[in-house]
Amino acid sequence: MSNFTVVLKRELASYFATPLAYVFIVIFLMLTGVFTFFLGGFFENGQADLWAFFNFHPWLYLFLVPALSMRLWSEERKSGTIELLMTLPISLRDMVVGKFLAAWLFTGIALLLTFPLWMTVNYLGEPDNGAIMAGYLGSWMMSGAFLAIGSCISAATKNQVIAFILTAVVCFLFVMSGFNLVQEWFTGWALDWVVDAIAALSFLTHFNAIAKGVLDLRDVLYFMVIIIGWLVATAIVLDMKKAD
Amino acid sequence: MITVDNLTKRFGPFTAVDGLSFTVKPGEVLGFLGPNGAGKSTTMKMITGFLAPTSGQVTVYGHNTLDDSLNARKIMGYLPEGAPSYGDMTPLKFLRFIGEVRGFRGAELTQRVQSVVDALQLESVLNQTIETLSKGFKRRVGLAQAIIHDPKVLVLDEPTDGLDPNQKHEVRKLIQNLSKDKIVIVSTHILEEVSAVCTRAMIIAGGKLLVDDTPQALEARSRFHGAIQLVLTHAEGALEQLQALEGVKSVELSESGLSLTVFPEVGASLFLPINDLLQKNNWEVHEFHVEKGKLDDVFRAITHGGSVNE
Repeated sequence: MSNFTVVLKRELASYFATPLAYVFIVIFLMLTGVFTFFLGGFFENGQADLWAFFNFHPWLYLFLVPALSMRLWSEERKSGTIELLMTLPISLRDMVVGKFLAAWLFTGIALLLTFPLWMTVNYLGEPDNGAIMAGYLGSWMMSGAFLAIGSCISAATKNQVIAFILTAVVCFLFVMSGFNLVQEWFTGWALDWVVDAIAALSFLTHFNAIAKGVLDLRDVLYFMVIIIGWLVATAIVLDMKKAD
Repeated sequence: MITVDNLTKRFGPFTAVDGLSFTVKPGEVLGFLGPNGAGKSTTMKMITGFLAPTSGQVTVYGHNTLDDSLNARKIMGYLPEGAPSYGDMTPLKFLRFIGEVRGFRGAELTQRVQSVVDALQLESVLNQTIETLSKGFKRRVGLAQAIIHDPKVLVLDEPTDGLDPNQKHEVRKLIQNLSKDKIVIVSTHILEEVSAVCTRAMIIAGGKLLVDDTPQALEARSRFHGAIQLVLTHAEGALEQLQALEGVKSVELSESGLSLTVFPEVGASLFLPINDLLQKNNWEVHEFHVEKGKLDDVFRAITHGGSVNE
């Protein structure tokens, strides 16, 4: 067992040592229910799929994931444990990846706990379970991207509230950049490839494709690149301002 | 062996540590002394590799704390200032976590944890979350964490801060009992601690090394070193006679007028001559003791830039 698993284990256990994990999971499940049945019109659609469920995930993550990621590093800074952690023989990479994976696994657990929905839709009809699998995978990949952004911003401040707000704003930009509204604002004066690049950066564009059941390698790759990129940035931020 | 070479740390325009150079050999217990903000903690943070120096370098048994940081960290145990630890963990879980990071598994891990739990008497609080513990217990958990892997180098930033006198005594004993081939670096404001545990003392102020000596030699710098304190009754003319003795530099009467302090010339020993004088005159002696020197005095004089003999 390498040090990265030791960090991961400690971190994951710490979620469940406080009410955080339970509050998060309960709220997550309640909100997914509300969105799916009331806003998404799960029954009214009359279709045996979970589109109504997945459709709202970007918006749900927008404020739930920053609440999870804000403590990743801010708390270590605030309590001074960062000094302890960073003088232990753990490489920076192991720390960053271990902490991130703990948070990512945790969102995975929360996501898996929505299985009654999957059972419901299978009871009511004959859904394309492959597409649902893809939807879950896409949603989980997207939550990882949100978390990686949150990890980097959390590394930069010891104030968890600031980490929360900044993460929500940055994630919002990543979600919104795929919207027509934003696109129209850029078209006309920005170069075409810039407009395309902004659209291509959006979480929505890539998530919608996966959530519809089209598991394109490029979309998966996109989320992986986002995650790795922001984790590298986390390590750089930590290395630059360890002591403040 | 630790080599600190021209170590400097600046935070913006502020220079916290200014060109420190020294080496520490195995078996030495080095005490860092200095007023708050002197650069003690910053120096320790650079030795443990937490902070990167602005210039200069630190090597710990040949491992540079910047390029070869991981190997340097492996052989060091560190208690950061304020003994930070994860508040939502219990001491048992916390120590097992540190033990695992230090590479212990299975039975060895359990045995290592048990040995530090015994050494620091943590048995009674093992399953309570750390945030609910008293300051003294928190500090001891921090110490346990630092020594769990029996490190070659131990860096302790104010290890006895917040402990009661009994606990202070325990911690000092612990430091003294650490095997003799270790390097221990301790910072403290408590001067008696330096005489109690350190084999070497360094006084730092304004980021600069002012004094590097043994605690005994530091005490000898005090004007009280070798001075004799007397409480006499029915001693007419004692002040004059004492002043007339050879080797006496000055005699001071305490404010209450009851006790006398006789200061020697540099290098003179006053014990015998004063003893003779007392017997010859048949004065009643209530108190007679030889001062070793007051570290407080030396500390204040050195860190304020004044001379020790003022």
